[in-house]
Amino acid sequence: MALHTMTLAELTAGLESGEFTSVDVTRSLLDRIATYDAKLNALITVTGDAALAAAAKADADRAAGNVGMLNGLPVIHKDIFCTRGVKTSCGSKMLDNFISPYDAAIVERMTAAGAVVLGKANMDEFAMGSSNETSFYGPVHNPWDLDCSPGGSSGGSAASVAARFAPAATATDTGGSIRQPAALTNTVGIKPTYGRVSRYGMIAFASSLDQAGTITRTAEDAARVLGVMAGFDERDSTSVDAPVPDYLGEIGESIKGLRVGIVRQHFDEGLDAACAVKVKEAIAVLESLGATTVEVDLPNIDLSVPTYYVVAPAECSSNLSRFDGVRFGHRAENAEDLFDLYCRSRGEGFGDEVKRRIMTGTYALSAGYYDAYYLKAQQVRQLIADDFRKAFADVDVIAGPTTPTPAFKLGDKVDDPITMYLNDIYTIGANLAGLPAISVPCGFVDELPIGLHLVGTHFAESTLLRCAHQYQQQTDWHTACPEAFA
Amino acid sequence: MSLDKDQVQQIATLARLKLSEDEYAESVKKLSRIVDFVDQLSQADTSGVIPMAHPLDVAQRLRPDVVTEPNDRDHYQENAASVTDGLYLVPKVIE
Amino acid sequence: MSWEVVIGLEIHTQLATKSKIFSGASTAYGAEPNTQACLVDLGYPGVLPVLNKEVVHMAAMFGLAVNATVAPRSVFARKNYFYPDLPKGYQISQYELPIVEHGELFITDAEGNDKRIGITRAHLEEDAGKSIHEGLDKSSGIDLNRAGTPLLEIVSEPDIRSAKEAVAYMRKIHTIVRYLGISDGNMQEGSFRCDANVSVRPKGQEAFGTRAEIKNLNSFRFVEKAINFEVERQIELIEDGGEVVQETRLYDSDQDETRSMRSKEEANDYRYFPDPDLLPVEIAADFIESVRAELPELPDAKQQRFVEEYEVKKDDAAILTISRPVANYFEEAAAATDASAQLVANWVVGELSGALNKDGLEIGDSKVTAAELAGLLTRIHDNTISGKIAKQVFEAMWAGDGSADEVIEARGLKQITDSSAIEAVVDKVIEANPGQVAEYRAGKDKLIGFFVGQVMKETKGQANPGQVNQILKAKLSG
Repeated sequence: MALHTMTLAELTAGLESGEFTSVDVTRSLLDRIATYDAKLNALITVTGDAALAAAAKADADRAAGNVGMLNGLPVIHKDIFCTRGVKTSCGSKMLDNFISPYDAAIVERMTAAGAVVLGKANMDEFAMGSSNETSFYGPVHNPWDLDCSPGGSSGGSAASVAARFAPAATATDTGGSIRQPAALTNTVGIKPTYGRVSRYGMIAFASSLDQAGTITRTAEDAARVLGVMAGFDERDSTSVDAPVPDYLGEIGESIKGLRVGIVRQHFDEGLDAACAVKVKEAIAVLESLGATTVEVDLPNIDLSVPTYYVVAPAECSSNLSRFDGVRFGHRAENAEDLFDLYCRSRGEGFGDEVKRRIMTGTYALSAGYYDAYYLKAQQVRQLIADDFRKAFADVDVIAGPTTPTPAFKLGDKVDDPITMYLNDIYTIGANLAGLPAISVPCGFVDELPIGLHLVGTHFAESTLLRCAHQYQQQTDWHTACPEAFA
Repeated sequence: MSLDKDQVQQIATLARLKLSEDEYAESVKKLSRIVDFVDQLSQADTSGVIPMAHPLDVAQRLRPDVVTEPNDRDHYQENAASVTDGLYLVPKVIE
Repeated sequence: MSWEVVIGLEIHTQLATKSKIFSGASTAYGAEPNTQACLVDLGYPGVLPVLNKEVVHMAAMFGLAVNATVAPRSVFARKNYFYPDLPKGYQISQYELPIVEHGELFITDAEGNDKRIGITRAHLEEDAGKSIHEGLDKSSGIDLNRAGTPLLEIVSEPDIRSAKEAVAYMRKIHTIVRYLGISDGNMQEGSFRCDANVSVRPKGQEAFGTRAEIKNLNSFRFVEKAINFEVERQIELIEDGGEVVQETRLYDSDQDETRSMRSKEEANDYRYFPDPDLLPVEIAADFIESVRAELPELPDAKQQRFVEEYEVKKDDAAILTISRPVANYFEEAAAATDASAQLVANWVVGELSGALNKDGLEIGDSKVTAAELAGLLTRIHDNTISGKIAKQVFEAMWAGDGSADEVIEARGLKQITDSSAIEAVVDKVIEANPGQVAEYRAGKDKLIGFFVGQVMKETKGQANPGQVNQILKAKLSG
């Protein structure tokens, strides 16, 4: 079996048996990236030398009996995570010259567990986008159809994993940015419960919604990586101090008796008919494994997108104020005065979508509009969270489609922000309520992959991973590889 | 509700964003579209609903009062475009 | 027309923590620029704030000290604006739900009566950095060492009616925060500064006039002068048919005037919203009780106790309780001598304070310790020396010449209390001044002072003044 096709589980077995070394694996994947990334534009930075050095260290550690959970395993970090001594651009011209002086918490944890970082993945600028077209570094192409978007904002992470550049990539999800690209690239994407994974060192988009997670090809691999990423971090006030379950250990347990909720609103006219068929088939597989289905109602879920497009821009308008050209980031030349320095550094450094969201958020928070927009959205957010609370009284997971359609063509939705925003219609609710959710490959429509979306109650990652894993034991969608990258 | 150019200009000033004429035209159009879209929220009956600021109902954790950060100024200032004698420089601020 | 002045103060006091409110950087004053600005203070991408426990503790202490409610739940918000000394583009502050609300304190007004000043709220926030303009040509330099230093902003009700009351209120707050040990109150270093909201209205009118806010007053004297200037300005303006505009003004101490700060006036819309990086601060009732239990005796209580327990005059008690070290010094000295507490008070308020002021020393660095002062006062009390001689002895002690007894011994300053010795001197003085004796006996009583003076001169001030008086009167009348 070729090294690049292996999952983390398979690589771990091979490293353990001495069949190959981490240096072998790393070299093989770096070669692949060098050959194929021109087609995808999935990576902003490749850290080849550092990766080979880390691989050699991992091999030495293994020989010395010091074997972390990710020993010698290659990963790619979304370029939203700060990496010490390495450019951390967040997909923006604003940070094109930014070398982070520190590592994000998850980077630290994964490195300490022995991971080998191959590079930094392309992404929508500051994670604002659903198609990877807002990146300063150009769009990422979908390995399943190069004319299509891989989704966003973690498009580079998803495309990398789908194209077998790495078996795992880190990603972030504010409104669907892990799950939507995972669905559109035939990969597994998990967004954990808000507070499960430290946000320290993850460049903030919308602080009350952002959460880091992973993109892999199997739920089993997701369990392995999440087990390392998750856990309390005293540097993040919103990090939750609760024990991390043994995700990998619990993954084999049966889902017999699992109560699966089906949301009526998720199967209405917004959903592509062919996608609906595939998602229903997937739910039938869960039933064949002993799960029962129950219809649940989320009466306010239709308001999740407008709620999100007030809350997220409001928080981002403030989070992005620190980019002023003074201490880091793009600085306009020959500024006439302070005001000019600010306006031009930011005007030049940010792209259109980022500026649009900053302005939307500024408007929603400004005097005279705060109550009608920001406060109202916070209240509706509460209603949506309440809907989920009530639904989870009767079910263990909620199942549905991850996206309304398979991947769309690059350029198709850039002109209308609302059409683009509606891509996240099924995923945003989990962010608003802080719930964990996973997307798992569940088939193809017009030769393009789509995903089954599972949402759990707070801290029920283990249930989601188990459910996805059991489903993957029965199906082989996830083993399909895009032809051009076979 | 649609926005006009004056409003967009005010917002851009508050947000310290310089926009070209074309960007203004585009922003008026697209921001109006977004505002129209989020206006749906007014349909929801939220009387008596407590605004939700955080996904989890948890209290702030407190840090012991201990100095943990050493001076690393030179390293941190490598990302700054303009520095003199350890100071970050900006165009003269008139008070 | 007769005018009433209405003033509210916003006092910013830096809290005396070791580390910053949201980061582990040091708060020590005077370091090289930006050497105490860590990634959190610099607002680096990806970093997050975590609240310092001691800051909450200190705010709770203050709340209890001013008889306020310490909120069981308070919330940090972001105040959004762009300024170079504000690295994140927002200041983390408390807005709708502050940690302390509904407090009060009492000052003494112009008539000597207690006057209540309400404290609307006190909230926690982070200090900004500093801009440096000198020697940088067309640039300003930004030093973010101060950024993130914890501040408690104490907002009064508009209960203050004169510049003098404003100063009395500010002094009282200053005394309280230092008593509590939650701030060093160092005004030169900016640890304690205030903004004053000033308006005037015709006497008897209920509605407030339009107010101006005078920013960044960093001494008691400037507070008084700035308010007085501003009151005059507003009254003149209105009497000339003008209108006060609501604005921010800056006090220029060189010109002794306030000036409009036009640069800060451009449409401020702070877009406050709850900071999503911080969770609500919850304070349990048992924590509040533990803070209450550890509160030191506060200035008002101490002052009252000094009056009751030591029977010192109220005015003296007020001065003695201006700070804990002064009060402790007094109590230590009073306990170590049989002399009356009022005598101790007189000396602490008088000679000792004078000597400290002259040398620019704090009481903790006094060259005469409380025990040493007590030793001196004991010698007045047991008639070893007179009060007047005691002043000489004190000066010698201050100069490092030893204890009271050593100085008295070395210089032979022991008071003459031997009646026969004093009688001999009195006889000599009477004999030498027959004219004055005649006048005295003819009814010019005032001359007694002259005779006392002569006797004291002869004895180099060492004769016991009471005995001198008594003997002189007896001999002169005879």
